[in-house]
Amino acid sequence: MIDIEKREEFDIEIDKTVGKPFIDDAKFSTRNVDVFYDDKQAIFDANIDIGKNQIIAMIGPSGCGKSTFLRCLNRMNDTIQGCHISGDIKLDNEDIYHKHQDPVLLRARVGMVFQKPNPFPKSIYDNVAYGAKLHGLASNKIELDELVEKSLIRAGLFKEVKDSLHKPGTGLSGGQQQRLCIARTIAIDPEVILMDEPTSALDPIATAVIEELMIDLSKKYTIAIVTHSMQQAARVSQRTAYFHMGHLVEVNDTNTVFTNPEHQLTENYITGRFG
Amino acid sequence: MSFGVIITALLALLLLGYFIGRKRSITLSKERSQKLHSLPQYYGYLIAFWSSVPALLILLFWAALESSFIISAIVTQLPMHLQQLSTDEIGLFINEIINLSNSGLIAEDEVKRQAVSRYNELTEFSTSIKSAIVFILAFVGMFVALSFVKPEMKARNLVERLIRWAMIGCASIAVLTTIGIIFSVIFESIIFFKTVNVFDFLFGTHWSPQEAIREDQIGGSGSFGALPLFVGTLLISFIALVIAVPLGLMSAIYLSEYSSPSFRSFAKPILEMLAGIPTVVYGFFAALTVAPFIRDLGESFNLSLSSESALAAGIVMGVMIIPFVSSLSDDVISAVPQSMRDGSYAMGATKSETIKQVIIPAALPGIVSGVLLAASRAIGETMIVVMAAGLSANLTFNPLEAVTTVTVQMVTLLTGDQEFDSAKTLAAFALGLGLFLTTLVLNIISLYIVRKYREQYE
Repeated sequence: MIDIEKREEFDIEIDKTVGKPFIDDAKFSTRNVDVFYDDKQAIFDANIDIGKNQIIAMIGPSGCGKSTFLRCLNRMNDTIQGCHISGDIKLDNEDIYHKHQDPVLLRARVGMVFQKPNPFPKSIYDNVAYGAKLHGLASNKIELDELVEKSLIRAGLFKEVKDSLHKPGTGLSGGQQQRLCIARTIAIDPEVILMDEPTSALDPIATAVIEELMIDLSKKYTIAIVTHSMQQAARVSQRTAYFHMGHLVEVNDTNTVFTNPEHQLTENYITGRFG
Repeated sequence: MSFGVIITALLALLLLGYFIGRKRSITLSKERSQKLHSLPQYYGYLIAFWSSVPALLILLFWAALESSFIISAIVTQLPMHLQQLSTDEIGLFINEIINLSNSGLIAEDEVKRQAVSRYNELTEFSTSIKSAIVFILAFVGMFVALSFVKPEMKARNLVERLIRWAMIGCASIAVLTTIGIIFSVIFESIIFFKTVNVFDFLFGTHWSPQEAIREDQIGGSGSFGALPLFVGTLLISFIALVIAVPLGLMSAIYLSEYSSPSFRSFAKPILEMLAGIPTVVYGFFAALTVAPFIRDLGESFNLSLSSESALAAGIVMGVMIIPFVSSLSDDVISAVPQSMRDGSYAMGATKSETIKQVIIPAALPGIVSGVLLAASRAIGETMIVVMAAGLSANLTFNPLEAVTTVTVQMVTLLTGDQEFDSAKTLAAFALGLGLFLTTLVLNIISLYIVRKYREQYE
């Protein structure tokens, strides 16, 4: 049954991204981005703007390239052998793949939260202080303490851990670990936060806490989130991009995508005909 | 029937039992048109087990006890004056009887002749009884087990239980052997400490185990101060670790984090080859290349050094144990999940920052066990020290002087013709005990470190 439907999908032309991929107040703008893993092309000609202080959700079936695309934005793909990227990706009109661009500094501006919570094997305090120490954001212990506390408060974790700051971060529950990872990301005060399925390993309650947190954070940060949950995309994001087999099919306001999608493939996906 | 023949026959029975059991289960299942609980081979395994293993155990048990029974039977039959001899003398007498019996010569002494014939009779009797019991047991085992084969028999679960017991057996053999070795060392050491004071042994600074054979012999006072040996051991091991830990750890980091997979697959086996070189060869290398080099280097600074030094032995030993550190560390570093690295890179950390702050702490328990394995290896090493560091027991911390180690002295104490009741020989056991306790302490420390970090990081 799936096979038949898949075949049907192949018949539908993916010519050009439909909807409104471009906006005025763009934080990130990508043009003609192709990504290859060795010879296999994972992203075909992606053109999209990511708006400032907005949440953009990237949805699509597994293997559609949405995570790959997200990892282009902070050059995490550089660490994968055989990965090759062409096209323009600009952060504040600055080419992040320019040869003078330092990916290490870029990643301090574009933070990332991963699918599986990955706190470092350190104490809760040291997890949050990690980035600040790397980038010299605090000049003394008092400043560092303040920064850690502030970040934990912003991530909504402080109340739960304030008495156990020096216990290992790995001892927390899954949802707390993920909030710890968010706290450590916001501790270095990035401009953009990329989230790669940040709640897929969490239960619904922890998910709700993190979604609230995302909405709160979007007042200050630009957030791009990859998610498998369409409800989540609908709940948190202002804009939604739909990826299909490496193609960026449609970008629109979240409302439009979920109520009145322009592209047939998008409609098939959100109505659950495949996925 | 000889031992070898019985064993071969039992192995044949084992195979036979397997096929019969398998066949029988299939036939029964067909006859009763009932589905087998387990696959046919499990019934085969069960029959094979019962038709050989109990018989084999009895055989081994019998073989272990046979000789002592025969000997005591002979002794009770000896004339009174012989029975009253000391244990050692009776042992000698019995040995003579056994030798006579094996060589087939006729003893001239009537008592001995009788003893030999009695010995031969008893051995023959024991062998035939043994063969009979073993084969009866094997066949009874096979047929009784076969009579239990039914399609509804839970053969698979029974085999599982047998395997469990087999594993317990193997594990206990290893543990019991260790305990046996420890006790033998402890008992011999206790005898040694009856003649030499424990504190004199542990804290004495003069080591000269040669004892006077004649009363008027000069020197050879027999003094057993083991401190220089332990200091020598620790000095050489320390030098070796100073060489091996940084080199091994850095190469592990390079191999797992920086090098390309193709280079790694080629370099790692070569590095591991270092551990496969016989230590004698390292000893040569140390004595003929490194030690003269150090001496010549010293001369160029106007130092007159001997060609034997702790430094030479330590350096070469360090090279030898590099793979213990590098290979284990490489494995644990590679086992650190990629998500840790991603997390750190995503925070804007460079590669070396990530390694230093995230990967090494996460891999620390494994690295520590690698280092301690290397340390135990260094402490136990003998050959390199004999060749490059010498035999003189100097109490010194100067790496340029000749020293000796515990293991080297144990070898010199025990090589050649030795009586096993002199303090000189028994000292080897005391040294062994000391060495064992040293490595035990090292192991306890490593376990403690590993557990402490495990708790923190998992």
